[in-house]
Parts: sequence; C-alpha cells; structure tokens
Amino acid sequence: MEINAYTLATLKRGQKGVIKAINANDPQVQRLMVLGLVEGAEIEHASAALGGDPIEFRLFGCGISLRQEHARHFQVAPAGAGD
Amino acid sequence: MTKPSEIRVAASSIAVRRGFLSRVAVVGSPNSGKSTLFNRLTGLKQRIGNYPGVTVERHVGSLTWDGRKTELIDLPGTHSLRPHSLEEQIAVDVILGRLAGAEPPDGILAVLDATNLYQGLFLVQQLVELQKPMVVALTMTDAAIRSGIDIDRDALSEALGGVRVCGVVATTGAGLDGLRDAITTLKDAPLPRKITVWPELDAAISGLRSATGTLLSETECTRLLIDGVTERNQSFSAGLDAEFIARLDALRLEFFAGQPPVAVEARIRYGWVRSVLRSVQQSAPKLYSWQSRITEFLNQPYAGTVGLFVVMAVVFQAVFAWATPIMDFIDSATATLGARVGDVLGDGALSSLIGDGVIAGVGSVIVFLPQILILFLFIILLEDSGYLARAAYLMDRTMRSVGLSGQSIIPMISSFACAVPGIMATRVIPSRRDRIATIMAAPFMTCSARLPVYALLIAAFVPAQQVGFMNLQGLVLFGLYMFGIVMGILTALLMRKTALRGPKPPFALMLPEFRRPNLQTVFFQLLGRVKVFLYRAGTVIFSVAVIVWALSYYPRSELIAPAVENQRQAAAYMLSGAELAAEYARIDNVAAAAQLEQSWLGRAGKSVEPLFRPLGWDWRVSAAVIAGFPAREVVVAVLGTVYAVGDQADEGTLSTRLKASTWPDGGKVFTLPMVLGLLIFYACCLQCAATLAVIRRETNTWRWPVFAWFYMTAIGYIGAMLAFQLGSA
Repeated sequence: MEINAYTLATLKRGQKGVIKAINANDPQVQRLMVLGLVEGAEIEHASAALGGDPIEFRLFGCGISLRQEHARHFQVAPAGAGD
Repeated sequence: MTKPSEIRVAASSIAVRRGFLSRVAVVGSPNSGKSTLFNRLTGLKQRIGNYPGVTVERHVGSLTWDGRKTELIDLPGTHSLRPHSLEEQIAVDVILGRLAGAEPPDGILAVLDATNLYQGLFLVQQLVELQKPMVVALTMTDAAIRSGIDIDRDALSEALGGVRVCGVVATTGAGLDGLRDAITTLKDAPLPRKITVWPELDAAISGLRSATGTLLSETECTRLLIDGVTERNQSFSAGLDAEFIARLDALRLEFFAGQPPVAVEARIRYGWVRSVLRSVQQSAPKLYSWQSRITEFLNQPYAGTVGLFVVMAVVFQAVFAWATPIMDFIDSATATLGARVGDVLGDGALSSLIGDGVIAGVGSVIVFLPQILILFLFIILLEDSGYLARAAYLMDRTMRSVGLSGQSIIPMISSFACAVPGIMATRVIPSRRDRIATIMAAPFMTCSARLPVYALLIAAFVPAQQVGFMNLQGLVLFGLYMFGIVMGILTALLMRKTALRGPKPPFALMLPEFRRPNLQTVFFQLLGRVKVFLYRAGTVIFSVAVIVWALSYYPRSELIAPAVENQRQAAAYMLSGAELAAEYARIDNVAAAAQLEQSWLGRAGKSVEPLFRPLGWDWRVSAAVIAGFPAREVVVAVLGTVYAVGDQADEGTLSTRLKASTWPDGGKVFTLPMVLGLLIFYACCLQCAATLAVIRRETNTWRWPVFAWFYMTAIGYIGAMLAFQLGSA
C-alpha cells in the first residue's frame, strides 16, 4: 500500500475522518476490523496517552484504543474533505 | 406406603417442570451490561461454578415468571463468533453446544447495548444466523437517550428476523417484566426468520454442506471456511478428515481470491450493520452528561496519568485509614471474648482450645475483614465504572517497555485483591506468552491475604507519625505495594527476555464510557468475595488454628506443673498482695513459655530455626511461616495462637505480645531490620496453595507453578536475609 498522507495516526485530537482503505494483511489489523474499523466507518481522534501512544478513537460513540503502529495501516479522508 | 394419588401428583409436577424448564444463554459483547442484567433477572437465585476442565466461572441463575421457570447461563462477553481469547472461546463453545459436559442452550438472550449498536449488531446478526429461539434485550436505553440516540425497536426487530426486542434499563428495572415474559416463553416463540447478510457465502456454505454431507452446522462451516482450523475452534475442528479440510482450503482460496477472509467478513458484516443503523437509529438532541465530562477531563494525557496515580493512592490510603476504627473494635472484642472464655471455663485443655486456638486464631484473621472489604469494594467499583480499561490504556506504553501490553494491567490490579481471580482475568489476553508472563507477575501483587501480615507488623513496629499528607504507616504500606509491583514487572521482563521471548504483544482495547457503578452488581460481587473469605476463615484457617493449637499445647510436660507449684509456694512465703499476684503471673508466663517450647510445634520450630536464623527469626516465627505455606493469612492466626498459648502478657492484643517477645538472652526478636525482612519475605514468597492450583489449571502444566514457587520463595528468603543482615550490621 502506498504511504498516504492521511492515516489514523496522523489525525489530530478532535479531528474526524472516514476510513478509506486498510492494509489488512496484519492479523492485528484484522482484529481491529472485527471491532468495527472498516472502510466507510467515521472515526474521531479522542485522546492520546502520555507520549502520544496509544491513541483513543471514537467509533460510533464508543471508545477504542490502538497503537500508532496499527493506526498507520488505516488510510482516512479527513471528514469534510472530498466525499 | 405411598398413596396412589400422591404418585400421580408427583408425576404430573415432573411433567409440568419438564415442559417449561428451559436453558437460555445470556450472550453479549463485553461491557454490554450483560452481568448487571443477569443479576437483575436472577437476583440471589444464582450459583457460581466452573466449566469442566477450564477455570472460566460459570454463572447460572434461575428466573421464574408466571409459573414458568427458566435457567439462565451468563456467558463471558464476546465480540463475535470468531473467538479471540480463551474467554471468548468458552462463550462460543457454549453457544454452539460444543462444550463437553455443558448441555447446549435451548435459546439465546442477546444483550445489545443501545449506546453501541454498531459493534453489538455485529455479534447479534451472527446469533440470528444460528436459527435458535432468541430474544434481544436492548440495554442502557436511558443512556442512549441521554447521548442522543433514538432507536426504532420495531424496525430493529424487523431487521433481526422478527425476534422480540425488549428495551430495558437494568439499573432501574424498567422494562424488565416484558423481558421476563419473553425469556420464559422463549421455548414456544417462533424461530427468527433467515436474514440475508452475505448471500454469496450462504450459497458457498450450502454447496459445501450438500457436497460433503457434513454434520457440522452452517455456522461451524462458516467459521471453518473463514478462520480455518485454529486453536480456538478445536471444539468442532478437531478430528475433521483431511479430505474435508482440503475441500475447505480450496473453497477458501476460490471464494476469497487471496484476500484475508477475516477482513472481508468484517467489511461485509459491518456494511450490513450500517445499513440497519440507518433505518433503526435516529439522532436526538444530545445531553451533556457528567460521564462525558469526566471522560473529556481524563482524556488529556497528563491529567489522565496523574489521575491514575491519585486514584491508586486514595485506594491504599483508604484501605489503611478507614478500616482502623472497625478493626480496633474487632481486635479488642476478640481479646475480651478470649479472656471471658478463660474466666468461664477455667484452666484446662478445652478452655485453651477455644480461647487460644479458635478465638485467637480465627479472630486474628477476621480482624482484617474490614480492610479486605474496602479493597475489594474499590477494585469492583473501578472495574464496574469502566476505569480499569482506561488504566490499561494509560499504562500500555509503560507495560510495552517490559514486554507486556496494557491488557496485563487489569489482571495485575485485580491481583491486589486476590491473585486467583487476577490470574483468571488473564484469559482476556490473547497471546500465550503474554499471558504466562502476566501470570508469573500477578502473585507478586500485594493480595488481600498479605494485608493482615503487613497490617499487623506495620501497626506494631512502624511509628504512626504524619509525613506530608500521609501517615508513615500508610507510606510503608504503599511502599510494600510498590515493591510488589516492581518485583512483578521485573519478573515479567525477565520472562519475556528468556523463556517467553516472542513478538510484541497485540493491543486493541475497547474503552467504555464512565458509568455509575450499579449498586446491585457491586453488592453481589462484594458479597461473593466476603463469602469466600469467611468460608476460608471458617474452614481452612479454623482447622489450621486448631491443629496449630494442638501442636502447641501437647505433649504436656510432667515436669513443669510441680516446678510451678514449688515456685508459687516459695513466692507465697516471701511476698503478699499485689506483688504476689505479679509474681504469680510471671511464674505462669515462664511456665507457659516452657510448655510451648517443649511442645510439638516448639520442637518443629526449633528444628527449622537454624534455617531461618540468618533472617533473624526465632522458632515461633519460623513455625508460623512454615504453617503459612498453604495459605499465607494463616500466619497471623498461628502467631495469634502461639503467642496466646505462651502468654507473654495475659491481656492485650497480638501486636503488644509480639513487641514483648524476646530471645533467651533478653534481646528483642522483632527488631526493625527483622520486621523489614519479614515484610519483604511476605511480599515475595508464594504462600498460597490456591494460587499454585490456579496457575496449574491456567497454564495446563505443573512446570509454571513449581517454578513460580521456588523462584518467589528464593527471592523472599534472600531479600529477608539481606534486610536483616545489613540492617543489624
């Protein structure tokens, strides 16, 4: 997968985005997909622990935390930009 | 003789019970409010057991409504029918009727959190596909309204194949009557209509099933096609013939065309969920709740981390400070009771058994009930409010540096109450290496059974002066907790660097919003823990106290009594009044001590004393420590008994007796270095048969419990020796 400028890891606090593409080869990324992080889902960066990792996102109103290294596998379109 | 009419009545009542007794599994995602609902529905009519062969707790309760009785089984939460951890595996095996020894459920009570339909429906659609009698309990409808979610229940029922959807608020009980009715009539309810989530897959599965004539259900075939044969689906994948597996593999390759099957499944199922949500869920104006305010505050990185430490400090301070008045009361009550027994029964074996054995032994452990209650209360509150998950999130980075993940934090925090549920809580950790490293670290966490020993020694030997906002005693206790944490983490690090080397542990964690803990749930959990504690005090500790008493009381020396009589006569000749009474008391004490020394316990203690001499322990402490290996809280009971038999001071509590205890040369036994060493020994040593047993069950081998025992005992011994030798030098 091409390195995209926008991934879940690049969202800033309070910023929203819609997941556009996922590099799903990593089993841990697949687990996150089972938890609802799939293409089309709207997601918001809610907070980060000390040092910026892990990150807490809001997905349909629910908190889910993931690490930087996994967040990078999810390409997003910042909400309000493009479609 | 039984009359024929009675037989008829009995037979018909069996028939009635047969007709209505059904077994319903309570299934839901973690944090869906499942356990609260289960407690609400079954109340006190529940029992906790274990699934055969595994340590997952099996909560079964019964519900009677309108004369119909239903058995409810509360399953561990799971996100999908593709199990990710041992706990999820158990839930799925029970749902599929695949767990050996557990009968398959007749119906399903699906618990769906109204505030999290998105993830909840991912599971519920898979449950509908099972084509079993089913009812959906839509929980937390009040919270949903507060956070601006309005759910069309009819549309939801329609989307889920027509199953009944009951909106409830488990915390207040609203809507529960409708749900009770639905559960108890579930057996006669129509099966859910088939829903179409993934028609291509359905076609592929029915093709596979008709081609092979397999006995596996559609769901089992679906899981095998998507997940392949894994460790987690062995309940139905074991023993499949090679031809069937080859066919599955070929079909998987063809059907998914090289895409990861799990990812494809997630996309399709969540696509369906989103389309359902569009027709079911309407937005309503959002109210700003206190929960989201707290969440927002703690979301700031520094505030969150500082908050975590403040919370832990408050817990430890509370455990020590709040419980003191009640403990003092129990302590003096036991002392008075013991003395009263002595007055009533006079001298003799029975009086000594009851006063010195039972009351002093069991009483010295019961004293700690208030502290243990407060500790458990805090742990349960933290868990129920959703804070433990946040702690895991905040600590993930730190835990990663020692080779664990934030998920290991939850078992470790639970271990502060007791390592047994703590070790059981490791079942949510998906990776085996991580799990075992966490299991090895968990027994170092200061459990509630260590608390009595700490509390006794600290209260007796650490001055109660104020240091900043904390008491020095509280500070020492806090230090011991920290010591346990550091030792546990170092152990985990060591394991991960040596025997359990492996890839970085995964981490994905749901962070539930804060919610007010449900009082009923908290009460039930607390009650359960208190029962376990009192049961142990009444059985194990009682027996040990009696045995230790017998060992310390017998054999009676025939030489002591005449010697006492001689000395008494000599004293009576020379002294009178108060002086004489004091002399009598001194003679009795010396005699009791002499008797204790030549008792079986005294002899045993003396024979092991050389082993513990480098630690500064006399034979009494050594004997107490040895007696404490099955269960460490016994030590306090043994000290209580030993020091009561060898009455140093006739009245007074155990701590004053410990302070008065001396070596034959008159030097104090309990010096500060020795007490410090004893505390370190207790912080490390694995004196708990229950923990060893649970490690054995959870790791499925004796290797780990045996290793843990030797490792921890060695560290405790060396630590205690260093403290004593360096401190006394």
